[in-house]
Amino acid sequence: MGTVSVRIEKVGKRYHIGGALQRSNTLRDALVAAVRRPVERIRHPGSATSSNEDLWALRDVSIGVEEGEVLGLIGGNGAGKSTLLKLLSRITEPTEGVIELEGRVGSLLEVGTGFHAELTGRENIYLNGAILGMTRAEINERFDGIVEFSEISRFLDTPVKRYSSGMYVRLAFAVAAYLEPEILLIDEVLAVGDAAFQRKCLGRMEDVAEGGRTVIFVSHNMQTVRALCTRVVELSAGHVVNSGPPSQVIDDYLKLQWGVDGVVQWEGDERPGDDDVRLAAVKVLGHDWQPTPVVISSQPFRVQLDVDLARVPEGLTIGFDLTTSDGTVVFRSYQTDPSPEYWPTLSPGRNELQCEISANLLNHGRYTVHPRISIDRVRWIVHGGAVSFDVHRDPGESINALVDKPGAIAPLLTWRRGDEQP
Amino acid sequence: MATSVSASRAAKTRRVIKPSRGWAALHLAELWEYRELLYFLTWRDIKVRYKQAVLGVAWAVLQPVLTMVVFTIVFQKIVHMPYKPGVVNGRQIPYPIFTYVGLLPWNLFSGALGRAGTSLVGNANLLTKVYFPRLIIPVSAVVAGLVDFAIAFVVFLVMMAVYGIMPSWHMVWLPLFVLLAMAAALAFGLWLSALNVLYRDVQYIIPFLIQLWMFMSPIIYAPPNFAKHPVLGFIYNLNPMAGVIEGFRWALIGGVPPNGMVALASAVMLAVLAAGLGYFKRMERTFADVV
Repeated sequence: MGTVSVRIEKVGKRYHIGGALQRSNTLRDALVAAVRRPVERIRHPGSATSSNEDLWALRDVSIGVEEGEVLGLIGGNGAGKSTLLKLLSRITEPTEGVIELEGRVGSLLEVGTGFHAELTGRENIYLNGAILGMTRAEINERFDGIVEFSEISRFLDTPVKRYSSGMYVRLAFAVAAYLEPEILLIDEVLAVGDAAFQRKCLGRMEDVAEGGRTVIFVSHNMQTVRALCTRVVELSAGHVVNSGPPSQVIDDYLKLQWGVDGVVQWEGDERPGDDDVRLAAVKVLGHDWQPTPVVISSQPFRVQLDVDLARVPEGLTIGFDLTTSDGTVVFRSYQTDPSPEYWPTLSPGRNELQCEISANLLNHGRYTVHPRISIDRVRWIVHGGAVSFDVHRDPGESINALVDKPGAIAPLLTWRRGDEQP
Repeated sequence: MATSVSASRAAKTRRVIKPSRGWAALHLAELWEYRELLYFLTWRDIKVRYKQAVLGVAWAVLQPVLTMVVFTIVFQKIVHMPYKPGVVNGRQIPYPIFTYVGLLPWNLFSGALGRAGTSLVGNANLLTKVYFPRLIIPVSAVVAGLVDFAIAFVVFLVMMAVYGIMPSWHMVWLPLFVLLAMAAALAFGLWLSALNVLYRDVQYIIPFLIQLWMFMSPIIYAPPNFAKHPVLGFIYNLNPMAGVIEGFRWALIGGVPPNGMVALASAVMLAVLAAGLGYFKRMERTFADVV
């Protein structure tokens, strides 16, 4: 321990976003722009400074990773996680700063990079292996292991275009799993494949880390990060904002992300939505129908969505996802779930829609409401933002139920003997 | 076993990444390190091309042969294109062979140029997901053309046998002209591929460019006499493919031996290649951000 295997020092990456908007996509545009630019500069001196066209995807980032560490990178969209992995894997260059890497780097930013649909499984193992940086000798040596891991040996000589998506992912991941560099970079690739195969992949990754290799891992799935990583770094808007043991950084991150007092409200143009539909508030109402950050599991409670409508668009669905603190969706509910005669009427102006969640359903712990408003099967209007609340489980009269239970929910269910008529 | 592990640990590579400035070095050693990837990408290009085509390998035969047949009908039967038939081992070279020998290096060159020019954009998914020296992509596109060339060359040998003509001993020079054709394709392919990343209309220009270039090269005609137009002659001779095609004819079926102009055109072409490498290397670091 103690040997630094990745040293990132004061690294920054700048993109020209103004350039992206005004970028010349065709030669003609480029020529026109080349003529126009000096003219514009004479007309509006000093207007087009480069600074307001630049976006620093990463700025002043310094991280040291020791050999054998599994470092998790977390942060919202656009925090700079993926950009950092691209810099580490040399796909793109930093604008400033220095990165030192001790050992061979293998990067897995996508499973099946370079897979070709027309080629067979066997051919793609060699092609993908070479693209990921293995030599032919190494692929030969690991070939049997890869085939066994992927569970597709019967279809080895079938073009991958005839594979099911599950088979495709398994083969692609199997090649990657046998990449054995000293430093492994992984971006959100575990989000694919079925649960059993995911578990197998996680196991393989743990073996890799125990073998003294360094792993840097980006994921939105907090459960995976918590399970795999020895240390977590949180990025926000291109800066390191938190770093430390996984549970601490992840809890801080989740708290920061969502309001925890049972209410989120927006005013005017802040309200998420479009011209017709805007979300004004999300509230969690306790058994007295007042907003609360804490509900008791033995009492019913309600989730209220305040929606402002300029007009009522056809097919408007209003609802939410309820998730656990690690992001697992417990359920999704819409006002249109029951048959139409039970739908609440919507009218222009403020609509306060309440959804009642029955007593004795949720487990002890923190849950989050993610509002979702859409025109059914057409487009999303609101999709994001959230309110968190804590559930305290009232154990009721049973002594056995005092013990904390595993599970996303803890419903109180009926038990009876099979030979008794209900 | 234990020693080999510790040995590999000891030989651990250290890599420093920082912003590069100005004209980057070529890193030819790195290109060598990635030679197996070059092999696999070339192999993929070839394999996929023959797998997807219904006619498969037959396509590599049909394309030059049908072109030769059409050229022979149009330029011998309909228009009487003057050409100076070479004489090999006492036999006059018929027009089909004359034009086919021109098509051999031309198809190698034009195919390689077309593929190389669009190669970076075509492999955008690789550029944005994994690192390797980007030069491998256009180089593999050029090298992949050798298989088509080899097939077309076998057809040439069959044609010679049918006509009962023995190739001349100058044939030993052929590899040099093959290399020149590939170098020319790479020289211009590097420029076009890097430009195509920035400006997508380059890919529409390429087929047009190749078409014009074909008429400037002595495929359907023999090298004209430019005695009265020295400037035009100079420009004509700057075309590296003019020298390559004449070199092919000289090496295979006899003709005008290559002169100083071929050396000059090759030198110009090598300068374009060197500048193309420099430009490519300079643009390389932004490909993943722009493509």
